[in-house]
Amino acid sequence: MASKPIIEESAHCAGRPLGKGLVDLVGKAPLLRLDSLNAEFPNVEFYAKAEWANPGGSVKDRAALYMIREGERSGALRPGKTILDATSGNTGIALAMLGAALGYAVKLCIPVSASHERLAMLSALGANVILTPGEEGSDGAIRRAREIAGENPAKYFYIDQYSNPANPRAHYETTAPEIWSQTNGRVTHFVAGLGTSGTFMGVTRRLKELNPAIRAISVQPDEPFHGLEGLKHMATAMVPAIYDASLADANLTVRTEEAFAMVRKLAREKGLLIGVSSGAAVCACRSVAERLERGERAVIVTIFPDAGDRYLSERFWKEE
Amino acid sequence: MPVKVMIPTPLRQFADKQESVHLEAGTVGDALSALTSQFSDLKRHLYSDDGRLRSFVNVYVNDEDIRYLQREKTAVQQGDTISIVPSIAGGAKA
Repeated sequence: MASKPIIEESAHCAGRPLGKGLVDLVGKAPLLRLDSLNAEFPNVEFYAKAEWANPGGSVKDRAALYMIREGERSGALRPGKTILDATSGNTGIALAMLGAALGYAVKLCIPVSASHERLAMLSALGANVILTPGEEGSDGAIRRAREIAGENPAKYFYIDQYSNPANPRAHYETTAPEIWSQTNGRVTHFVAGLGTSGTFMGVTRRLKELNPAIRAISVQPDEPFHGLEGLKHMATAMVPAIYDASLADANLTVRTEEAFAMVRKLAREKGLLIGVSSGAAVCACRSVAERLERGERAVIVTIFPDAGDRYLSERFWKEE
Repeated sequence: MPVKVMIPTPLRQFADKQESVHLEAGTVGDALSALTSQFSDLKRHLYSDDGRLRSFVNVYVNDEDIRYLQREKTAVQQGDTISIVPSIAGGAKA
């Protein structure tokens, strides 16, 4: 059973200040109904967790907060230590934001191919950024972070989001119960991309405890060289320690261009400015719906990890 | 003139696991053409069906993005290094 979640409602009682602090705003993302897909498949309801509603603008706020709080609880993170991790983007923003809010220095290893906007945001939040070779991608950033942590373990709290059990636990204790509650327990399919795999692992474990009949579908890029920010091609990448391939009932692949086209279409035709991995998630949701038995009813829930404004410098916006 | 082309980690499996290749080329386009001739499996990863570089594939000559030079017509000289980098995390190089 789930333990008491770190992210919970503030108590409302007389004498307490109004509003919420930055950290209190992490989680509880709204459930977005995808009307355009609902019209295409009349027996299927589609929903997405709009995770851009987190204060750092992405789903990564949840895992970052859990990993920091777990470090504090275990004593591995103490005042004066520097939070260190490898990140291709959103986790870095989450750690930089929370580090600044909670009083910790933050050092991040990030591929040099990261966008100006992304690096500027990390810098604005006071993080120390170590650039790693772009051609080595996120795996190169992971190797550099391990080196730095190994050279001076007393100075750093190496978060290691790819191996840290608090990452999936954040989703087990918060994202999954939110989905269950927001769908009134009607969710039949859960679809999510694999990056660290924390979201998929944590949500799937909890939803299957609540209803073992729920189908969990993981999503990956279709090839090792891809443009799907945040997602990993597990067959060729460094596989995260927290990843358990046996948890998925099915695994779907999405081509980069297919996700780009979906992102453009939803922005131009539906006013939904979603990120690239969210576009891949929508493509996968459609595939799940297409594979249902004729007349089968389903409530498909996915995750929109971030919004499209983080990808405006991408060239795919200019394509038809 | 020989130039060095850096192969990104995910594509090394299609290039005899080499980190870099030295090729004779006068332009970036020549170099990529020579590269995909030598390692034909690379072509479908770098180019779309219409023969254009896929939109997430960024190419740099000595850390300069060819989009801000003469794209594939960018001239290269002996000693130059061409890097192929997937556009994760936004695309434009710092």
